[in-house]
Amino acid sequence: MDFVLYGLTGFVILGSIAALEMKSLLSAVIAVGVVGLGLSIVFLLLGAPDIAITQVVVEVIVVTVLIRAASRVPAETAPLRTGRTRTLAGAGLALVAVGLLVAAFQTLPAFGTQRFAPALWYLEQATELTGAANVVTAILLDFRAYDTLGEATVILTAVVGALAVLRRPSRRKEKSHV
Amino acid sequence: MTMYVLAAVLFGVGLYGLLVKRHLLKKVLGLLILEHAVNLFLVEVGYVDGGSPPIRLAGETAAAFAGGAVDPLPQALVLTSIVIGLGLAMLMVALSLRIYERYGSLDADRMSELKG
Amino acid sequence: MSDSQGMSIVVRVVTRWLLGLILIFGLAVALYGHLTPGGGFAGGTIVACGFVLAILAFGGSRGPGAFFTRWASALDAIGALAFLALAILGFTAGAFLQQWAARGDAFTLGSAPSIVLLNLAILLKVGAGLFAGFSAIALFEQTADPDTADSEKGADA
Repeated sequence: MDFVLYGLTGFVILGSIAALEMKSLLSAVIAVGVVGLGLSIVFLLLGAPDIAITQVVVEVIVVTVLIRAASRVPAETAPLRTGRTRTLAGAGLALVAVGLLVAAFQTLPAFGTQRFAPALWYLEQATELTGAANVVTAILLDFRAYDTLGEATVILTAVVGALAVLRRPSRRKEKSHV
Repeated sequence: MTMYVLAAVLFGVGLYGLLVKRHLLKKVLGLLILEHAVNLFLVEVGYVDGGSPPIRLAGETAAAFAGGAVDPLPQALVLTSIVIGLGLAMLMVALSLRIYERYGSLDADRMSELKG
Repeated sequence: MSDSQGMSIVVRVVTRWLLGLILIFGLAVALYGHLTPGGGFAGGTIVACGFVLAILAFGGSRGPGAFFTRWASALDAIGALAFLALAILGFTAGAFLQQWAARGDAFTLGSAPSIVLLNLAILLKVGAGLFAGFSAIALFEQTADPDTADSEKGADA
């Protein structure tokens, strides 16, 4: 079980490195799709079927959107070389971040040994208090419904933003300013 | 512990993409990977060895169910985070398309040389 | 551009068969979200996937794709307002977002009617919202006028 998890997560990491380093934008987008699908299996093995379902479907839409965007951009803009100094500096900073994270993780209980205190309360009481057998839904729409309200607002804002940015009339006006 | 380290490595890969890549869509991919890493870490925190999904079956008693299930709270938070990530990705792609139309390029370095 | 006409007749016929099934599947995932894995978010994203399939197969200007595109923003707003209305209905039971509907037996569809209704509102909101965003990005390609884009590029260079 452990080795399956390690293998799948390693596969996800390799896929994300491939996504960043691929020359062709289309291949990079497909590699990111592979990352999301691999991750959804990891979520399933970690006992989170809700998240696995959502992750699969979200990844499908993200990949479709990115392919539309990538096919709109001509190929010659894709291979942009980064200078050696900047690559090394970026990789160094990323390594420092990983090191700090691992150091911080030392204070956590070891993986798979302990749950936080509220977990037991939610698991014992949620079905009686809310009537929902799926405790994740019970938290999402009853105990922490304000989160969901805020999240719906965030999606509304993001979509309104995307629609406003891509609206056709604003393009005309923009042009007259140039 | 290994799983936490792997999530941290995934975080590092995403951060590297965000810092080093010049192509705007590559930066979007880097941010998506960063989100994946954080989601993975949060789900890992809620996991217990051999844990079952936090969905109670009809015959189960509350005590037996609570003894074996994984922590549902991080999962609820990650569920919102995934959908927000999708909205964010759409907004970023929309902005990138508009930027490409305006500047004729998706190179972040070139864009800072040009004045808007 | 090939996108405005949609795809070949094979894809369109198969899409016509699949579209209803995808929408029903999304609805089922949201409807039983309080008993089985799933919920409004997963269901809404599945519904949005169905709409995306329609717009890719039929193009944005005719067929089901055009219908969804025209109504996406309105459905998005209706979903958001429905969620808010259900939340305000909670005041009848004492507080904002409180469960207000009478609860049936545990482990049946009627065990938490308020949660079912909230899930359906989220389905509408997420499905229509994500589809509206996608259609803006997908149809942007069609409406973009190459002449203007080129002259803008020239002005910037």
